[in-house]
Amino acid sequence: MLIVERIEKSYSKAGRFSAERHLVLKDISFQCKPGECLGIIGESGSGKSTLGRLLLGIEKPDQGTIRLKGEPIGKRTTRQGNISAVFQDYTSSLHPFYTVEQTMIEPLKLVAKSRKDMHTKIDVLLHQVGLDPSYRSKYPHELSGGEAQRVCIARAVSIEPKFVLMDEAVSSLDGSVQLQVLELLKNLKAIYGMGYIFITHDIQAAAYICDRIMIIRNGRIEEIVPIEQLKDVKSPYARKLLDQVIT
Amino acid sequence: MNLIKNMWKDKLAALSLTVIAAIVLAGVFAPWLAPHDPHEVDMELRYAAPSWAYLLGNDHLGRCIMSRLIYGIRPSVLWVLAALAASVGFGGILGLIAGYFRGITDACLMRVCDVMLSFPGYVMSLAIVGILGPGLENMMIAFVLAKWAWFARMIRTSVMQYAESDYVKFSKAIGVSDTRIIMKQIVPVALPDIAVVSSSSFASMILQISGFSFLGLGVQAPHAEWGMMLNEARSVMFSRPELMLAPGLAIVIVVMAVNFLSDALQAALDPKLLRSKPQPQRQEFSRTAKLRGEEVA
Repeated sequence: MLIVERIEKSYSKAGRFSAERHLVLKDISFQCKPGECLGIIGESGSGKSTLGRLLLGIEKPDQGTIRLKGEPIGKRTTRQGNISAVFQDYTSSLHPFYTVEQTMIEPLKLVAKSRKDMHTKIDVLLHQVGLDPSYRSKYPHELSGGEAQRVCIARAVSIEPKFVLMDEAVSSLDGSVQLQVLELLKNLKAIYGMGYIFITHDIQAAAYICDRIMIIRNGRIEEIVPIEQLKDVKSPYARKLLDQVIT
Repeated sequence: MNLIKNMWKDKLAALSLTVIAAIVLAGVFAPWLAPHDPHEVDMELRYAAPSWAYLLGNDHLGRCIMSRLIYGIRPSVLWVLAALAASVGFGGILGLIAGYFRGITDACLMRVCDVMLSFPGYVMSLAIVGILGPGLENMMIAFVLAKWAWFARMIRTSVMQYAESDYVKFSKAIGVSDTRIIMKQIVPVALPDIAVVSSSSFASMILQISGFSFLGLGVQAPHAEWGMMLNEARSVMFSRPELMLAPGLAIVIVVMAVNFLSDALQAALDPKLLRSKPQPQRQEFSRTAKLRGEEVA
């Protein structure tokens, strides 16, 4: 269970000594149940990626708490093996000097397995994301965008986390590959039963995979709706977003 | 192990590595390799031409140039390498810490660096040698103290750019410890940058050592040192220019070998550069062609 309570985050506008601050997130509270897929939707600049970084514990909120199973997310041991991520930019998501195999082994070492187990696990994972074992010896620059993103996804689920944060994970892929990856994410969810936090600006992609959708605007939560009731959103901003997609 | 294998494939890298290894070994085993005592003065042999007994001839005091060249490896190459390693090591660790952790740690460390960098390098070294007294060891200490801040700055900049990347973010998110991230993910990628920065200052350090020796602050007179040999030959530059040749060429060869080696290191570490070598490219092409065929089918 991931519980976010009244978090607030601001950055200083000009340098370290400037008192002027830019408020990015204000009064964000929500919960995410295990195995649930929560979509976070907003325009660029709405603070959704900042929220993503806070959820990953890479940055600390100025105020409020984020807890995973009752422990603060900022603690390294809380995150270990419980949370994982896939980012938008697949070119910088993979270590340029590592082969696919080395990339996959790194996180697996955290969950302490014997070498033999790791290698069978890598084969299984690569198969699950639709890549054959010949990819193990490839370097990131030899992969196409879709392939690289698949490796990222395989790496993210390899530690069998409770939650995977997807920060615009499919946005930079083209149409048909996007659909394949979304399908893949659905299948993986069925296999491993993990929850997704799906940050995107694309309502259609979110609607395809998510159980609930949270719409944020200017750093505040506009509305949280279950996917079945997406048609009957109340706030005018959410209404507008939906209309844009439909027309 | 893989790294050495990759470098060995590059002919230039293999050559530079051999040259450097040979020079370092010659310096270490100087007493066994040198044909004569480098301090032995024989006025009858002043400016003697190369002979079988004295392979490179004799200098203005009739000392064996070959032996002096071999003994000169110790201060000119070995000590410079040691000083370089010390300042890159110290500066590198601080640069890594500042570039990776950012924030307040970075600010404090960089202000200390700024203070160090605001002294002119030569004056700083002169002051330290002035306090500690002349001599090779003190000059090395002065070098390390004067240079580390510059290395820390350079390495911090390159580390910062890698610390921002998503694969580091991923490792942080899944709870990999900071030391492990630095060792496994940042150091390997930053290593080519570090190698280039340090190899380019290697040449200037050799010249600086000889500069200090000239001022009488570094290596003391009877001892052999390449820069000092150049200086001694300077007075007879127009009548006997060949005396400059041996130490001059020695410096050029070592500096070139170090520069080529650092370039090769960069290529050997980065798989992208490794694959762009002409020969394996043909295989690469056929492999992608095959893959394309599969994808279409």
